[in-house]
This record gives sequence, C-alpha cells and structure tokens, in this order.
Amino acid sequence: MSSEPAIEAHGLRRSFGDVHALRGVDLVAPTGSVLGVLGPNGAGKTTAVRILTTLLQPDAGTARVAGLDVTKDAQELRSRIGLAGQYAAVDEYLTGRENLAMVGRLYHLSPSQSRTRADELLAEFDLVDAGGRVASTYSGGMRRRLDLAAALVVRPPVLFLDEPTTGLDPRSRNALWETIEERVSEGTTVLLTTQYLDEADRLADRIAVIDHGEVIAEGTSDDLKARVGGSRLEVALEDPTQAEAARAALGPLAEAGADVGVDGSRLSVPLRSDAGGVVAAVRRLDDAGVAVSDVTVRRPTLDDAFLTLTGRPAEDATDDAEVPA
Amino acid sequence: MSSLRWTISDTGVLALRQLRRIPRQPDLLIGYTIQPVMFVLLFRYVFGGAIQTPGFDNYADFLMPGIIVQSIAFGGFVTALAISDDMKKGLIDRFRSLPMSRIAVLSGRAFADLALNALQLAVLIAVGLLVGFSFATDILRVLLGIVLLLGLGFAFSWVFCLIGLSAGSAETSNAIGFTVIFPLTFASGAFVPPSTMPDGLRQFAEANPFTTLVDATRHLFLGAPANSDVWVSVLWIVGITVVAAFLSLRRYRSLTG
Ligand SMILES: Nc1ncnc2c1ncn2[C@@H]1O[C@H](COP(=O)(O)OP(=O)(O)O)[C@@H](O)[C@H]1O
Ligand SMILES: [Mg+2]
Repeated sequence: MSSEPAIEAHGLRRSFGDVHALRGVDLVAPTGSVLGVLGPNGAGKTTAVRILTTLLQPDAGTARVAGLDVTKDAQELRSRIGLAGQYAAVDEYLTGRENLAMVGRLYHLSPSQSRTRADELLAEFDLVDAGGRVASTYSGGMRRRLDLAAALVVRPPVLFLDEPTTGLDPRSRNALWETIEERVSEGTTVLLTTQYLDEADRLADRIAVIDHGEVIAEGTSDDLKARVGGSRLEVALEDPTQAEAARAALGPLAEAGADVGVDGSRLSVPLRSDAGGVVAAVRRLDDAGVAVSDVTVRRPTLDDAFLTLTGRPAEDATDDAEVPA
Repeated sequence: MSSLRWTISDTGVLALRQLRRIPRQPDLLIGYTIQPVMFVLLFRYVFGGAIQTPGFDNYADFLMPGIIVQSIAFGGFVTALAISDDMKKGLIDRFRSLPMSRIAVLSGRAFADLALNALQLAVLIAVGLLVGFSFATDILRVLLGIVLLLGLGFAFSWVFCLIGLSAGSAETSNAIGFTVIFPLTFASGAFVPPSTMPDGLRQFAEANPFTTLVDATRHLFLGAPANSDVWVSVLWIVGITVVAAFLSLRRYRSLTG
C-alpha cells in the first residue's frame, strides 16, 4: 500500500430515517498527514468517522483505510486503527491503568504486554500518579488523555479523533494538541474532526469543510483563507478630511477591480499580494502628507472563510453544541 | 489462535471488568442483596398472615421459591442499565471499533451476572432459612434447583442485554423493566396461589412461565407436586437464552448509535 492514501472515501452517503447525515462525501488523507474535518454541530462529522471506523455501514459509497475496505475487511481493519470518540469513552469504575490494560487485552495483547503498554502510556500521557485511581475522579482533560491513550494502545497507523478537545479548558486543549502533534511527527495518519477553526488551522495539513452532510470546501488552511480574498489593510486617519487624499494614495495598492472602502476616518483596502504591505502603505501616505494614527494588515481567519462558505458565522453554527465533560 | 479461543478470552476480560466494578458500586450491591431481603420481610410478615397456601407447611416455604425466582430473573436488570450507560458514554463504540469478538461485550455481562446471581441466591437462601423456610428434599434436588435458578438468571441477562441495547438510555431501560417484566413476576404463582385470583388473571398466571419456574423450584426444594414443570422450565430457559442471545447479538452488530 505504498502510494495509496491512508484514508480514502468516495461518495459516502448515510441517512437516518429522513435525516440525510451524509450526502456524498469524499475525503482523502495521504499517509502521514493530518486531515481536519471542520463543520458545525450536526454537519455529519461523527457519522463520517463512524463509517470510517467500521461502526456504521454507509448507504452508498466506498471507503478504504490503511489499504483495507471499511465494510469488507472490517475485522482486519479494526486492529490497525485507533478511535477516540466524541465522548471520552473510559470506564469510570476502572482505574486508568485497568482501562488501558483492558483495551490492550481486547486488541489481543497478552496480559503482561497489556500491563507494560498501560504503564508506558500512563507515563507518556502524564497520568502515572492518577493511574491507580478510578476514572470517575479524573478531570475532563485527564479523561480525554486517557481516552486518547486507549486509542494508541497498539500504535495504530491511522488514528481517528472526533472532536478531541470539545469541552476542554484552553490549557488542557493546548496539552492535547501537543500530544497529537507528537503522534503526527511519528508518522501516524490522523483524521480529526472539529468545530473549532483554530484547531483545524493548527493541526491539519488539509481541511475539509463539511456542512449539512456535504464537503463544501477542501484544501489547506491557506487555500481556504484565499477563498475569502487576501489580506486587508486597515488605516485610521488623524483627520477625516484627508480621507480623499488617503484613498488616492492607497488606490494603486488595492487588488485589481477592488475599491478602497472609506468610513469616516477609517479606510479598508483589499491588498494586492505584491503591493508591499504596511511599509508601502505608510510610505505612500507619508508622501501624500496624510497623518495616520494606526495602520494594520489583517489576515483573513478561518472564521472569515467559514462565513463566506456557509453564509453564516461559525459561532452561530456552534451555538447549540453540547459541551460534554 | 482460533476465534473461539479469542471469544472466550474477550468474554473473560469483559466479565472481569464487570466484577471489578462491583465493590466500587456499593449502591448496586445493596440493590442486589438488601432489596430482595426487604421483599422477603415484607411478604413474610406484612402480607403473609393473610395469604392461605394450602399444601405448604407455612407461608415462608411457599414464598421463598417465588421471591428467589423473581429476584434472580430481575437481578439481570442492572445489565440493561449498564449497557444503556455504556452506549451513552461511547464505550460500546470503543468496543465495536476493537478487533475483539462481537459477542463478548454481551456474554461478558451474562457471565458476570452469573457470579452476582450466585451471591444473591446465597443471601436469599440464608435469609429464608432465618424466617422459617426449610428444604424438604435431598441434596441432589436442591442442587438441581440451584442450577435451574442460575440458568434462569443467565437467560434473563440476555433479555436485559437486549433491552439495554434497544432502549438507548438508562431511563428507558428502567421504564421497560418496571412496566413489563416486574409486573409479569407478580401476575404469577410466585407470591399467592393463582387459584385465589379472579378469572382472567388466574388463567394468565397459570400460563405465565414464571409460575412454571416457581413451581419447578418448589418441587426441587420442597417436594411439591410438579408434573412437567421442571422440564418445561428447562425448555423455557434454553429457549429464552437462545432467542434473546440471537436478537441481542444481531442488535449489537447493527447498532447505529
Ligand atoms: N443514530 C442516529 N439516529 C438518527 N439520527 C442521527 C444519528 N446519528 C446522527 N444523526 C443525525 O445525523 C446528523 C449528523 O450527525 P453527526 O454526524 O453526529 O454530526 P456532527 O458529528 O457533525 O455533529 C444530525 O442531524 C444527527 O441528528
Ligand atoms: Mg459529532
């Protein structure tokens, strides 16, 4: 399976009654890469992950993971994937160590291999001190780490993470991101779903934006940002009466066909990528004798991309998101 | 290694998981032991004086097989709650994503329940002896009775697996258990002779498999007349186990979440 992508899905469809959770989804993740599946609550992310991890049959479409067909070779595939689902799936009445050793046994490691691996993972995930305590005493971040550790018991080549940081505080989130990045640096292929644009931006090589069961955009985070246009130059004037002079001075920096927007003492310019940025702008304004109080370049965020692609801000879409412990 | 060996190994791992949890859930242990004991005391002393049981030395003799059958059958109920809970918390998804045997999540529960049922049976027999119950047959038949009861518990574990997998939430499991199965145990010859019941209910109670099971236990423990009750009970137990296990496994395989 040398050049075959680690994850490859074509035309995945799945309905629940009259809810069309997936309406023909294509996803590709080359071996060793991170694919971010970004979408609001109810977009179909979990359904896609469940199909790719053999938990759910697609109504139509095909998918191969680690060179195996997700429906025909399901049993064989299960030993090559790790899954950390949307809710930290740990047994609250077992200790951290017992949880990991149990998963090891169910991956068919021997009892002693399972225990050794459990101890290694506890050390790796900073859970050594908590390893002997039942998981119901763990914080949200500790549970997520234990859950992720359970997904890594057999060092699977392909890892599925469904909203791994939902409900975590910023510190635990950062810690988990670092752990995921370590896996990636070791060559694991990761499919990660998220509602958070910054998470996809930080972790993913390529991002598939999914909404209402369809991929509405796919590319690198830069590609997606480019679809909302390039950077914008924002200028605040000391004296609003100089607005016309400023507009004339900055005109040549704007993208072809774009206008310089003026709003009182503020100007907004869609910057040509070769225009020279802030330095060129300041020089031109200076030459024209325009006094400015502030000049900044604002790069588009994935939030902007989301707004452009779906017609609504990402925050609206996540308003009704549940926040599990 | 053969898949049968892995099925046994996986079942053992998951049965051990359940058994480990027991001492960490004292409320569950109380449900298993104190609750049936309360039932014994309630029926023996509060209602017992008003209930006529011709053919039995005392009400305790009549009552104990009934209460034991009810408790053992209903004991698997926590299995339904636990499976619903595992589904909600994503543990079933995790298990289904592992290269383990498909049936082990369910058979692991059923075998762990067997151990709990044995404990429950020991507590109930001990309490029964204290409130006036006494065995009136030979050791062989008493042992046969115990095997029959454990078989009943095993069969009902699968019924509760099916309920837990179908219900989707612990609350729904609870509702099914208390509105369907619990009343079924009362509309039987477990606590009062069906001959004292009004027409309709009487015929229902006589045909109720719980009555058959209770009468079989009375026969094996007390020497009460049984006709075909023991064999019919065995058939019921095997039949319930096969059907419920088949349906549970099918349901487990095709879970959508
Ligand atoms: N098992 C199910 N039964 C019925 N509807 C479901 C089921 N799973 C998902 N859905 C529906 O499918 C849609 C997509 O859900 P999901 O894949 O969970 O989205 P996401 O993970 O992006 O939030 C939602 O409308 C959801 O309600
Ligand atoms: Mg989801």
